Amino acid sequence: MLKSKRAEMLTAFVLIAPFVLVYAVLFVYPTAKMVQLSFTNAPLIGDGDFVGFDNYIRVFKDRLFSTAVWDTVYFVLLTVIPSTLLGLLIALGVNRLKGFTQSLVLAAFFLPYILPVSVVYRIWSWMFDKQFGIAQYVISAFTGGTHVAVFRTIPLFMPSVAFITVWWLVGFNVLLFIAGLRNISTEIYEAASLDGASRFAQFRRITWPLIWPVTVLVMTIQLILQLKIFDQVYLFANGGRTDATIVLVQYIYKWAFQKNQGGMGATVSLLLFAIIIIFSVLQYQLLRSRGEK
Amino acid sequence: MSAVSTPTGADLDALVLPQRRQRWLRTFDLAGLIVTLLTVFVAILWAFPLYWGVVTSLKPENEVVQSGLQLWPQHVTLDAYVHALFETKIGLWYINSLVTSLSVTVLVLIMGAGAGYAISQLRFPGRKVLWWMILASFMVPIQALIVNHFILLSQFHLINTWVGVTLPQLIAPVTVIIYKQFFDSVPKDFREAAVIDGANDFQLLFRIYLPMNWGITTALAIITFIAAWNNFLWPFLAVTSEQVMNVSVGITQVFDAFGVKYARDLATAILAGLPVAVLYLIFQRRVTQAIMLSAGIKG
Repeated sequence: MLKSKRAEMLTAFVLIAPFVLVYAVLFVYPTAKMVQLSFTNAPLIGDGDFVGFDNYIRVFKDRLFSTAVWDTVYFVLLTVIPSTLLGLLIALGVNRLKGFTQSLVLAAFFLPYILPVSVVYRIWSWMFDKQFGIAQYVISAFTGGTHVAVFRTIPLFMPSVAFITVWWLVGFNVLLFIAGLRNISTEIYEAASLDGASRFAQFRRITWPLIWPVTVLVMTIQLILQLKIFDQVYLFANGGRTDATIVLVQYIYKWAFQKNQGGMGATVSLLLFAIIIIFSVLQYQLLRSRGEK
Repeated sequence: MSAVSTPTGADLDALVLPQRRQRWLRTFDLAGLIVTLLTVFVAILWAFPLYWGVVTSLKPENEVVQSGLQLWPQHVTLDAYVHALFETKIGLWYINSLVTSLSVTVLVLIMGAGAGYAISQLRFPGRKVLWWMILASFMVPIQALIVNHFILLSQFHLINTWVGVTLPQLIAPVTVIIYKQFFDSVPKDFREAAVIDGANDFQLLFRIYLPMNWGITTALAIITFIAAWNNFLWPFLAVTSEQVMNVSVGITQVFDAFGVKYARDLATAILAGLPVAVLYLIFQRRVTQAIMLSAGIKG
């Protein structure tokens, strides 16, 4: 018995070893190193001296940091709420369809989500192309014939990238909402319509309260995802040519990889890390309270 | 509607109700029809950019810049694709993407299944702590670690290598969580019977637990592969040489020397997205299952 227990332990250690090794070397160690590095003036590659909280003071005094925070928050607002609402509306529509039509319509909404960001970037650069883009027909209707270089007009930049992001990612939300809608038993609706409840009353009294937990889940997932935004913003800004549209991860990239200041890069990384951890804990609590019901 | 208290009321209801119900059904159908049509219409709008990208890539370059809406090419040509395949490094990028994404997939699944099995079925010191740590980090913000990943990997001279692209993508606590949950629900009888027959834990894992959850392995494999193929930020940072670039990075970094060639750009992009799009269309159900599982909804 004692021998088999030791054998079980040994087996367990062999099985968890690869995961634990990767977790330690590529997650725990870099995280600890990031904290340490944020108190030094090290370049990206090489050692630096301990400078206390200097980096933190520099970051908070940097105007570009406030720009990055504001742009990130702006982007989050422009994507999270619209994509959640749109996801719910589309899911309600798709859920009514049946069989082949449903799969086809669902695929239309979901296919963009499966594509790499660079493909999305290429397709929408072409859609919005100043000279020949098909979207310029729509833009002309508003401007009275003038074509607009959407991604070079700063006030239009974030809204259009957010719009493209919603187009890209909404399929994910639709999927989660459909799963939620399918979990609502049809008997509740049958009972309600027998009682003469209108379709709107049914939505307000049955669907909305029962889908609310999924709504919260979708919103927190999107929130955490969009706080880490980089790819689209960087690509549509032609490699971040202007500082006006900088977001947090791009700000990290700028310090560490463009200005070669590893210490500052680590400091901003740590701040972003902390923000995301806070929201993740929040999400975990939500999931757990859902699981306990 | 509560007029069932008196016999007369009930009689009246029997007469009135069907009529009222019919009228209600009719408006229901009209509203329903409008919603359905609207959904289909929005779906067409949603798919249009993809359609437009494909159509443009099939046009000759001079037709692309012609004025007026050409929803279908006058002359269908594969010139842009021929150019993309033979005049750019896309073949090389495909190989880079394939090697790194497959490595990520295989390693993540092996680690996830192993750790998931140990935590689910075996007793060992530190099991609770490990499980708690995995749960706590299920949405690790890898983007916040780019600086330190770069420093770490450059110390080992792994920048601009396949290994360097692969390593930071191996952190996947979600895979462990999902495997653990599915292994938990395998009936204990199977285990006991196999143990009496003298099977060890590795045989249990590979002969019983994994085969019984083959579907979940497929689903996780597809979604991990798609995520690795689509990953942009890390492959973009870890690789500066065109020779080692992934396809998702390569197509955004390399431009024609002489002006924009729209059809060629789009053909390259479509080739880059094709493998994952095909994977999704073949394995739709598995992909959606895996996505819901990773979001914490058991489907």
